[in-house]
Amino acid sequence: MNNQNEKEKGLGIGVRRAIAYIVLIFIVFLCLFWFYVLIVNATRSKGELTRGFTPIPSTHFFDNMSNLFHGTIPVLTGLRNSVIIAAFTAILSTYFSTMTAYAIHAYDFRGKKFVFTFILMIMMIPTQVTALGFIKLVQGMKLEDNFVPLIVPAIAAPVTFYYLKQYMESNLPLSLIEAARIDGSGEFHTFNSIVLPLMKPAIAVQMIFTFVSSWNNYFTPALILHKDSVKTLPILLATLRSADFLKFDMGQVYAMIVFSILPVVVVYLILSRFIVGGVAAGGVKG
Amino acid sequence: MNRSVNNKKAVRYNKWGLIFLIPFFVVYVIFQLIPLATTIYNSFFEHYRSGLSFVGPNFVGFGNYAKLLSDGDLGIYFKNTMIMWIMGFVPQIIVSLILGAWFSDPSLRLRFQQFFKTVIYLPNLIMAAAFAMLFFTLFSDGGPINNILMSLGWISQPFKFMSNTWSARTLVAFMNFLMWFGNTTILLLAGMLGIDTSLFEAAEVDGATATQIFFKITLPLLRPILVYVMVTSLIGGLQMFDVPQILTNGSGDPMRSTMTLIMFLNKHLFNRNYGMAGALSVLMFIITGVLSIIVFKFTASNEK
Repeated sequence: MNNQNEKEKGLGIGVRRAIAYIVLIFIVFLCLFWFYVLIVNATRSKGELTRGFTPIPSTHFFDNMSNLFHGTIPVLTGLRNSVIIAAFTAILSTYFSTMTAYAIHAYDFRGKKFVFTFILMIMMIPTQVTALGFIKLVQGMKLEDNFVPLIVPAIAAPVTFYYLKQYMESNLPLSLIEAARIDGSGEFHTFNSIVLPLMKPAIAVQMIFTFVSSWNNYFTPALILHKDSVKTLPILLATLRSADFLKFDMGQVYAMIVFSILPVVVVYLILSRFIVGGVAAGGVKG
Repeated sequence: MNRSVNNKKAVRYNKWGLIFLIPFFVVYVIFQLIPLATTIYNSFFEHYRSGLSFVGPNFVGFGNYAKLLSDGDLGIYFKNTMIMWIMGFVPQIIVSLILGAWFSDPSLRLRFQQFFKTVIYLPNLIMAAAFAMLFFTLFSDGGPINNILMSLGWISQPFKFMSNTWSARTLVAFMNFLMWFGNTTILLLAGMLGIDTSLFEAAEVDGATATQIFFKITLPLLRPILVYVMVTSLIGGLQMFDVPQILTNGSGDPMRSTMTLIMFLNKHLFNRNYGMAGALSVLMFIITGVLSIIVFKFTASNEK
């Protein structure tokens, strides 16, 4: 009532703050509710799950997990494959993206401007549009069911390059490189022993992002990996989806979902401050 | 004299710039450029699997394109993709703007900001395949959501979320919203925090309300970032695949109403329908290429 008057000048600060908290709590609920149901259901037995939803967790989480490990889906192999691909992708992609960024940042050569422009231009081209040629190439190289075509292409990662280049501009003084040269350090040695350590914070952020996007990637691996022994977790989830899984043990289905997202969630919760800061820093400044 | 020695040295160093570029370009040419060329090349040939044997490759010129554009499926899938993108993007940009404004408002002094940011960014890192699988189980006919709605007495029998065009599309759009609004919020917030605070102070002194400040100062100054967010989101939206693919098991049901362009492409690729897959890829390449140029112009002008 009093607010009607105040509305002319805008709502009072207390009211605005209250609205903000209510909306934020609702949004937090919207984000977390699904995962709460997931965790609760992953702890319930097959029988309990058929009896409808209860918000209280049960005690069968480890039974479900052990059923999952001993079931028909090769989840542990899937985990191993996912870890190998994502880890190598993250390492190669960040190492060589730093190298590419360093080439543009620290040296002057003919065509440098063109190279930089070119990389920025291809930055947003999605990999899906070249998938057909990519599959044919992989078939031609006899690299189907092999991890190489999923790892090596990450060496040319324009987005990672751009982020690292931005970071270099404010954090890697050229005078330092000059000093290293005067001390007789070779260019490759300078890159490995001086530039890389200085870039650690940015490299770490990009490693996490590259790891996560490789871990979550479904489109390309599904086109390349056909044998059960090389499938990654997202492909196994898709297999589970295409099985007539409502007849399946639902406890195992929930356990499988938890199993696929848990590693990333745990890492995120430990490093969240760092990761969220990394997103903000990567954003283009107005 | 000293100078020329320096120059010579510089030239000697600078060849290392080119050497350091080799890995990027070798890999780019092999795994992106050659596949792109093969894709374009294949789009001009009739080449598909029929039963156990292959038809073609026979050169058909623009035949695949004509077939693709005339049989109407492409239009439906393009429309589906756009509808689901817009349904996710509109709430995403509104919520992100509001949250960004609140987080950056010094007079509001919101607490627990780090907690809120952590939570809203979390869905972005969740494997889309797992997220879609989760929603499929939660919203299945006998799943927890129907259970909850029934025990609340809101519905008397299970609602078939997956068999209804708009509920299926809403689920896809909602998942996209959840996965991306945190990211957008953080980008917009970074932009808002970059605005000169003296502008806000001056406006406050002049008696502007928070709403006026938002619409008259924040929004116009954010325009470049908003364009960037919108175009990158559109490019991402055109690539929509994992969520509807897993949610509908690749069928795009009900009645192909959630079938996206990339799901269509994926289908051709799996059926080894190379000619059509090629033509579709080239069309997608052109669309995303045009959009990329807009992003590029923005990023390049930002470089200065």
